[in-house]
Order: sequence, then C-alpha cells, then structure tokens
Amino acid sequence: MLGYVIRRILLAVFVLWGVSTVVFIIVRLVPADPALLIAGDTATADQLAALRNQMGLDRPPLVQYGSFLGGVVTGDFGSSYTQSVPAMQLVAQALPNTALLAFLAVLGALVVSFPLGVVAAVRVNRPIDRIVTTGSLIVQALPSFWIGVVLLLIFSRTLKWLPSADLTSAQSLILPTTVLALPLIALLTRLIRSGLIEVNGEGYINTARAKGMREPAILFTHAIRNALIPIITVVGLAFGTLLGGAVVTETVFSFPGIGKLLVSSIHVRDYSVVQACVIVIAAAFVLINLLVDLLYAYLDPRVRLAK
Amino acid sequence: MTTAPTTSAAPAMTKARRSRWGVHTRTLVPCAIIALIAVGAIFVPVLYGYDPLRVDLADRLKPPGSVLPNGSIAVFGTDQIGSDLFAQMMAGARVSLIIGAATLAIAGVIGVLIGMLAGYYGGWLDTVLMRVADIQLAFPAILLAVLLAAVLGQGVLNVIIVLSISNWVVFARIARSQVLALKDREYVEAARTLGLGNFHIIFRTLLPGSLPPILVVGTVELGHVVLAEAALSFLGVGVPMGTASLGSTIANGVQYLSTAWWISTLPGVLLLLLVLATGVLGDAVRDRLDPRLRSL
Repeated sequence: MLGYVIRRILLAVFVLWGVSTVVFIIVRLVPADPALLIAGDTATADQLAALRNQMGLDRPPLVQYGSFLGGVVTGDFGSSYTQSVPAMQLVAQALPNTALLAFLAVLGALVVSFPLGVVAAVRVNRPIDRIVTTGSLIVQALPSFWIGVVLLLIFSRTLKWLPSADLTSAQSLILPTTVLALPLIALLTRLIRSGLIEVNGEGYINTARAKGMREPAILFTHAIRNALIPIITVVGLAFGTLLGGAVVTETVFSFPGIGKLLVSSIHVRDYSVVQACVIVIAAAFVLINLLVDLLYAYLDPRVRLAK
Repeated sequence: MTTAPTTSAAPAMTKARRSRWGVHTRTLVPCAIIALIAVGAIFVPVLYGYDPLRVDLADRLKPPGSVLPNGSIAVFGTDQIGSDLFAQMMAGARVSLIIGAATLAIAGVIGVLIGMLAGYYGGWLDTVLMRVADIQLAFPAILLAVLLAAVLGQGVLNVIIVLSISNWVVFARIARSQVLALKDREYVEAARTLGLGNFHIIFRTLLPGSLPPILVVGTVELGHVVLAEAALSFLGVGVPMGTASLGSTIANGVQYLSTAWWISTLPGVLLLLLVLATGVLGDAVRDRLDPRLRSL
C-alpha cells in the first residue's frame, strides 16, 4: 500500500509540473507584450524597459521559467495589474465560493441520481427505466450555458421566484447549483443503473438469491455496495469537471467564483490572474483525484495489488 | 400477452428483431436530423441573403412569426440588430458543423496516428504519450480551450486548433488500446510471418480492425466539439464578431431575456437537437458494431 501511495503522489507532482509548464508556455505565446499592455501606448521606451526589467521579462526564458516554477510552489503568481493586489489573493477570495457551489452540486446530484438509478436498474427495460434512461440522455446533451439562461428566464424573470445573480442569499445558489448538477445527475444515474445491472449477474448475488434472501435485502446489502465502488472515481473526476464547468455557469449567473474571475481576467488580459486561476483549478483537480485514487485502493484491494 | 408462446425461441426472436429495428431507427433518425440541419446550414443563409453585419433597427426584436415591413415572415423572430433569427441560427449551425468536422478530421488523424504508433512500438513514445494524456486529463478540457483561445485570439481557425489540441488525446487513447488488444492476434502474427513490414502491419492490418471503436468515439466527439465551440463563443473567446455562432447568439440574447425570450432560447434548442442526435447516433453505432454492449 505504501509503495502505491508514494507512486501516486509522485505522479500527481509530475502532472502538476506538466500543467504548470504548459501554462507557462501558453502564456508566453501571448502575442501582446505584457509590459506594453500595463504601461499603455503612451509609455516611453525607457518606461517600458524599466517595467520589463521589474517584471523580469528581459531575463532569459529559462530563468523566467525557473522563477515561475518557484512562484507556483510558493503560490506567488505576481500581482494583478488591473487591481494591484497579488493574483493569489483574488483567487483565494473566489475559490471558497466555487468550492461551495461544486460541493452542493455533487451532493445534490448524488441525492437525486441514487434513487433514479436504483429504480431504473430494478425495473430494467420497463417503462420507468425507459423514461429515466431517455431523460438522462437528453439532460446530458443540454448545453449548460443555455439551460442556465433558460432557467433564469423561467424562474427569475418570468416567475420572479429566485434572484438571478451574485452571492447575496442562499436562494441565489439554487439556480447555479442546479445547472452544475444536471449533467452529473444524468451521468451518475446511468452509471448506478448499469453498475447494478452488471453486479446482478455475479455469483454472490445468485448465492444470496439461492439461499432465499429477499430481493430488497440483496439489493441493499450486496448489490449497491459493490456497484458503488466505481462511482467514487466518477464523483472525484466530476469535481474537477465541475470546477471547469463552473467557468461557464458562473459567467451565466455572474457568480463570484474562480471561473468568473478567470473569464473576466482573460477579457482584460490580466495574465497573472489567469495563470493563478488555471493552476489552482488544475491543482485542486489533481489533489482530489489523488485522494480518490487512494480511497479507491483502500476500498478495493485488487487495485493496489494489480501493479 | 394472454396466450403463452408455445416455443421458447419465439419471444427471443421477436425481441432480437425488435432490438435490430431499434438500432436501425436510432441510426436513421439522428442521421436524418443531422442531414436536415446540414442542408439548412448550407442553403438557408444563402436564400435569406443573410449578412451578419447588416443592422436594421426598424426590424429589431420582432417576435417569432412577425411579418416584416418588406413582406417576409420572420419564422423565429428577429434579434437585437434586426437580423432574421432563423437565418442566423442556420449560419451558426454552419459554423458549428464546419468547426466540428475540421476538428474531428485533424484531432482524429493526429490522435489515431500517434496512438497506433505508441501502442505498436511501445517504449519511450508510449511513455511520453501516456504522461501527456495524464497531464491533459488533469486539465478540464474547457479550461485548456479557454486559455488557448485567449492567447491565440478569436477566429474560426483558432477555434479549430484549440479544439483539436484538446481532443486528440481521446483518439490517441482509444487507438492505442485497440492496437494493444489486437497486435498479438493470429492474423497479425500471420502478416508478420509473411514478411510484411511494420508500415503495412500498422495501416493495412491493425487499422481496419481498430476502426469501429474509433468511429464510435468520433461520432460522440462531434457533439462534444460542437458544444465546446458554442461554449467558447458564448464566453466571448470563440469565433470573432461578425461570424454567426449559436453560442454567441445565445450570449447576445441574455440582455434581452425579459423582452425577447426567443433570441437565447431557440438557438439552444437547435444546439440541443444537434448534440442529442450525435449522442444517440454514437450509441446506435456502438450497438451495431459491438453487440456485446447492446444490453446496457
């Protein structure tokens, strides 16, 4: 187990290094000169040179890369040129909001998809199963930004039940959480259903049935427990997808999270904030996946013994 | 059913026939929808003389079905600058389909090539590929696309590049796993015994056998790419101003939600239809090519 843990941690560190390097390369490709962007068109050549020197842009790329990596390790991404505060401070303010949103979405998705998946699996190929599977197929194809706009139109503008934007009250979380949770509900419902159907053919289920165990007892003590293990991985991956999906959802609802911060920073070309956002989201994703993998190995010995 | 079937084979046969019929329907209906949208995307903007830059303030924000001053009927209404929403949606679908097809071609060819080579030769190429895939999987695709799009700037070609970069790994992984599964089969051994070269074995022996799952992935990815393009354009980092896109039309309509609901709503329905059709088609193609997966 220890060897597996160390291997997974090393892989996570490697992936984070890779992500940071990719971000560094992409942001260096920016056609616009960051110094010119900050100083404005009216700046003299001397002022530009001074600013480049201050930002370290006149140093060799390799040195810049080194100090960039150092900054990633210490969480120092330079300061935002639009707001004159450290980029990390802006990210730190926005991150808890997004984390809350993602957490609520996962929780909501689990609560809704679990009964749907179980009912569909128990009544496989019956009308109720058809409705659930077709419904989840449609929900999965819904463009999240569009369903966000439609929900705004219905519940906020027409019915005036819910506020449309910001983080002013608990009610303002309802719409963004719903939009974020919908694709996850569809995915989890399908997975729980197919997991239960698959488990149904296993020997230990037949044994339980043969010894006269009642169906609900088989379902809850044997089938669900084993069908659940793969779900953990999906929920972990979903957290990361949610952090990415939050980019769109937060923009629709002007929710003050990290996704909105990223998009608005891109529009004003505030690249130190963009870098910080991307690396923090990727780091959160890698960390969650690491925890999920370790949990998975702990729950299912076949995984850690495989390699 | 009140009368019990006399032979046990009868219900199984009708069930099999019904499921094959199901696969046919699930292939034909989505194909018809996609073809209809494609035909509309090619001809409607031309027939309407659609010009994304034309501003006609007298005709702005007309509800669906309105008769315009020039006598034509705006089936889906007009938008905030007075252009016909139906023509604009079809022009947007045209951009979606062009970007989708180009991205699939580029990402598919590059991904399959790299994946097959990595699977066939193994070694450092394989290690590098798998590590790159790990890194890319740690990066929510939309995040990579937004970052790249922000750096490259807006433009149809840039969107294609961005989406190809974030999609090739999917093809590489499936091609690699197919090659790994097939390369020790007898018919591949036979080809090698006959003295055929690596090139011939990869492209004439392994590639045909690997194609079915790649096709399935490609069909499903078309929907993903179309959605991703719309999302990028919605966020304002996709296609430039003056190019119609379902995503930017939806974004433009958000300001007018209370007065003109149709601008944001209708393009989304078209997008949903397109994505749903590719999804159903992908499922049907998989069922047809790999009957073992049919039951789930």
